[in-house]
Amino acid sequence: MLHGMKVRDLNAWYNDNHVLKNINLHLMGGKITALIGPSGCGKSTFIRCLNRMHEVIRGGRVRGEVWLEGENIYGRRVDAVMIRRRIGMVFQKPNPFPTMSILENAVSGVCLHESLNTNGLAERAEEALRQAALWEEVKYRLDDPAVSLSGGQQQRLCIARALAVKPEVLLMDEPCSALDPASTLRIEELMAELKKTYTVIIVTHNMQQAARVADHTAFVYQGEVVEDGPTSEIFTAPKDPRTEGYITGRFG
Amino acid sequence: MDRMYLRRARNLVMSVMCMASAVVVIIPLVMILFYVAADGLRAINWGFFTNLPKPVGETGGGMANAIAGTFTMVTLATGLSLPVGLMAGIYLSEFGRGRLREAVRFLTDVLNGVPSIITGIFVYVLVVVAMGRYSALAGSVALGIIMIPIITRSTEEMLRMVPKSLREASLALGATEQQTVVKIVLRSASGGIVTGVMLAVARAAGETAPVLFTALNNRYWNQGLDQPIASLAVFIYTYGISPFEDWHSQAWGAALVLVVMVLFLNITARLVVRARQGR
Ligand SMILES: Nc1ncnc2c1ncn2[C@@H]1O[C@H](COP(=O)(O)OP(=O)(O)OP(=O)(O)O)[C@@H](O)[C@H]1O
Ligand SMILES: [Mg+2]
Repeated sequence: MLHGMKVRDLNAWYNDNHVLKNINLHLMGGKITALIGPSGCGKSTFIRCLNRMHEVIRGGRVRGEVWLEGENIYGRRVDAVMIRRRIGMVFQKPNPFPTMSILENAVSGVCLHESLNTNGLAERAEEALRQAALWEEVKYRLDDPAVSLSGGQQQRLCIARALAVKPEVLLMDEPCSALDPASTLRIEELMAELKKTYTVIIVTHNMQQAARVADHTAFVYQGEVVEDGPTSEIFTAPKDPRTEGYITGRFG
Repeated sequence: MDRMYLRRARNLVMSVMCMASAVVVIIPLVMILFYVAADGLRAINWGFFTNLPKPVGETGGGMANAIAGTFTMVTLATGLSLPVGLMAGIYLSEFGRGRLREAVRFLTDVLNGVPSIITGIFVYVLVVVAMGRYSALAGSVALGIIMIPIITRSTEEMLRMVPKSLREASLALGATEQQTVVKIVLRSASGGIVTGVMLAVARAAGETAPVLFTALNNRYWNQGLDQPIASLAVFIYTYGISPFEDWHSQAWGAALVLVVMVLFLNITARLVVRARQGR
């Protein structure tokens, strides 16, 4: 059974700006949960709270609890660095390390935590690149600089980089917003594959995408989770008028 | 229609002016290189690199000791200033907060603006007077002090240019802040940092006044770091103001060697960085 995450009374601030208000949400293990909501409602902030990346921003502050397998990641004795190893993250814009080759990028996280020899690293890279559906395209050019890849390939490389660390949860903040429809499709197929081994949480502006890939959907509005439930219910029978307004395109 | 022509004309004037300015910028460089090469090449032969200077009246002689001296002092000065400058730059860009950072940055700029002759006098009082003699060490300290702010500020600028997204990518992979700085930020900025260090080296190699105050000069091989030492810059200065025609010519030769040395260092450093990044 894959670990889910439980969010309890989560609040987040940028200096004095209170952007997340008392969020309670259950992110189910082995499922894809989509976060939708209008721009500026706090989706990115929320997803960054799930692996303690919010506190990296100057002025960023969090209060509340996020439980992963019986452990509160905001507990007093918990090391944020250890948490980030268990909860991987993919960003909106592909951000491979420009000075590193494709291979080095794929194992850049692994190198931080484990001391593997060259063979071990190469195996790990292949495994991760296969999982990210990139292996066939790059296996003959692993030593090329990562920036020589297309945007969609770079994004899959970033996914591979996150997967190579073998996290339990994968957070993705609008992973397809910089990509063309073909690359988007590949990454969506990839997500369906990934949920067999990971708990996946994705932020998206694209409601068709949420409807296609997500098992579970949460609607965020002005820093609060207004409604969450199985994707089909959220899209066909929303309970809250604000959710309905958003998915029918009346605002947002 | 009229507006389009007007716009085009304005565009043209603008680009011509920019181009002209660009040419004005490189004219001095080209002329310096040309004169130094033309006059310098005549003085240069094999003996120039292997011999010590000859006494007044004798022809020939070289500046082997001055080349070695510049090399020694600049190496030592780099050894002294590189760790300090690099770490101060990292502090300013990565770890510094609030007032202290502002103070450090301001003082670094002030230090950068101190005329080098003042630095020379300062080191004279602090090191030369204390040691009781001019020395290679004192010269290196003076050059090092001149290099520190250049390295610090260029390192800071280069590190700040590394996008936030790369730092976040690294942290999100579970890297510590320290690992992020060393493995991602420094590495991404290495090209620019090396360029900054090279600028500092070039500056140090050409400094004359502070060296005159600290390392003085030496017509023979240096006998140890606590002894006076020759340098190309001082060699050029003393030979340049001498009344002898062949000494003038040798000064041009030394100038050429200095320019080529700096250029060579610059190019190798860039190649090294490119090779490392190209992997
Ligand atoms: N670095 C920051 N500093 C200060 N305020 C911020 C920062 N980032 C976001 N905010 C504020 O926090 C609120 C939530 O922003 P967030 O980025 O989480 O929204 P979002 O739902 O991801 O929007 P989008 O869909 O446009 O990406 C916004 O009002 C924004 O102005
Ligand atoms: Mg966002």
